[in-house]
Amino acid sequence: MRPVLQAQGLRHRLGDFRLEVGRLEVFPGEVLAVLGPSGSGKTTLLRLLAGLLTPEEGRVEGGFRAYLPQTPPVLRRSVLENAAFGLRLRGVPKGEALRRAEALLKRVGLEAKARQKAHLLSGGEVVRLALARTLLVEPEVLLLDEPTASLDPTHTAKVEALLLEAAREGRGVVLATHDLFQAKRLARRVLFLYMGRVVEEAPAETFFQNPKDERSRAFLEGRLLL
Amino acid sequence: METAELLEITLRSLLVAGAATLLAALPAVPLGLWLALKGGGLLGRALLYAGMALPSVVVGLFLYLLLSRSGPLGGLGLLYTPYAMVLAEAVLAFPLIAAFVLSGARGRVEEVRLLVRSLGGKEAQVLPTLFWESRRTLAAALAAGFGGAISEVGAATLVGGDIRHHTRVLTTAIVVETRKGEVEAALALGMVLLGVAFLVTGLLLVLERE
Repeated sequence: MRPVLQAQGLRHRLGDFRLEVGRLEVFPGEVLAVLGPSGSGKTTLLRLLAGLLTPEEGRVEGGFRAYLPQTPPVLRRSVLENAAFGLRLRGVPKGEALRRAEALLKRVGLEAKARQKAHLLSGGEVVRLALARTLLVEPEVLLLDEPTASLDPTHTAKVEALLLEAAREGRGVVLATHDLFQAKRLARRVLFLYMGRVVEEAPAETFFQNPKDERSRAFLEGRLLL
Repeated sequence: METAELLEITLRSLLVAGAATLLAALPAVPLGLWLALKGGGLLGRALLYAGMALPSVVVGLFLYLLLSRSGPLGGLGLLYTPYAMVLAEAVLAFPLIAAFVLSGARGRVEEVRLLVRSLGGKEAQVLPTLFWESRRTLAAALAAGFGGAISEVGAATLVGGDIRHHTRVLTTAIVVETRKGEVEAALALGMVLLGVAFLVTGLLLVLERE
């Protein structure tokens, strides 16, 4: 199977922090969980993969990618117009974009707030709006940075269902998360980052049952990684 | 002063200041947004902030030299016309509008860029999105520019000449009435000027609140 996203020899420096990723592939229909403690480079990796950062070395190739940041920005417009924004950027006529956005807002449970100003939404609602906006542009690869960090279990379940559906539709999903249970529920493969390096990459089952690296084991056991 | 003349002067003040604000806004708004997109560089900001402190008489003097019969633009015959006043007030309003737009848009550039790029948009789509997102600042910028233009007197006198029924505006009329010792008339004109300034900037601020 051809990967929908490939990265090779990535090196990037942000201040004192250095990220190095040798080879990374994402295949259609899979969820790849990127795990690691805070500051391990998960966000930097996702932004490199999304093309928002240009690596100092290496290359990223693949299909159309959309990125959902941990704190998604909202425009000073209605919830519905925010949801339709990505489609409008891609040249979809306004009427059609709004119609499609309205349908997806129903699926993330925001239909009642469609006409409200987006900046009045709660943190969790903003994430659901941003996810709807990201899914609407129908990317081949979804890059999600801790999308459920601020959600309650009910809404986390809704978001996870949407992510699995996106994967079933053949999209590659790269999910940075702190939530080990979420990674277990969703991921086919796991990539564990520590201090900017890929310490372990394995099928999810192998990673959770028999991690090879001491640092992965410590992370899974909840021990402090110093 | 006759009511008809007062109305005429008020209307001329509004038209000159309004036209000057629009003329200044045409380049100032894109410049402010562009500087914001480029990180609001120190040099750009320094120039704009320095421009806000431009002495209006000096601007008037330069324009006078440009537009006078022996000047490089003398052939246009603009000196002592309302057009010259529009030009002078536009020069003074330009840095005000650009600086307001820049400072308002600067804080939103990164999130707008992140949003546009994360959804697969192009860098070229950041500017129009930023423009729309900065529309509240835009109203405040226009209000500032208009306020600066309508209250201007030094440059307006130099290039307009304060000619009755031709280039006399509220500010220059106040100077004339005061010099004549007609303090009551000057005060009345001052109240009209304040009212007009409040009304127009108030309208713009209503727009700002959508």
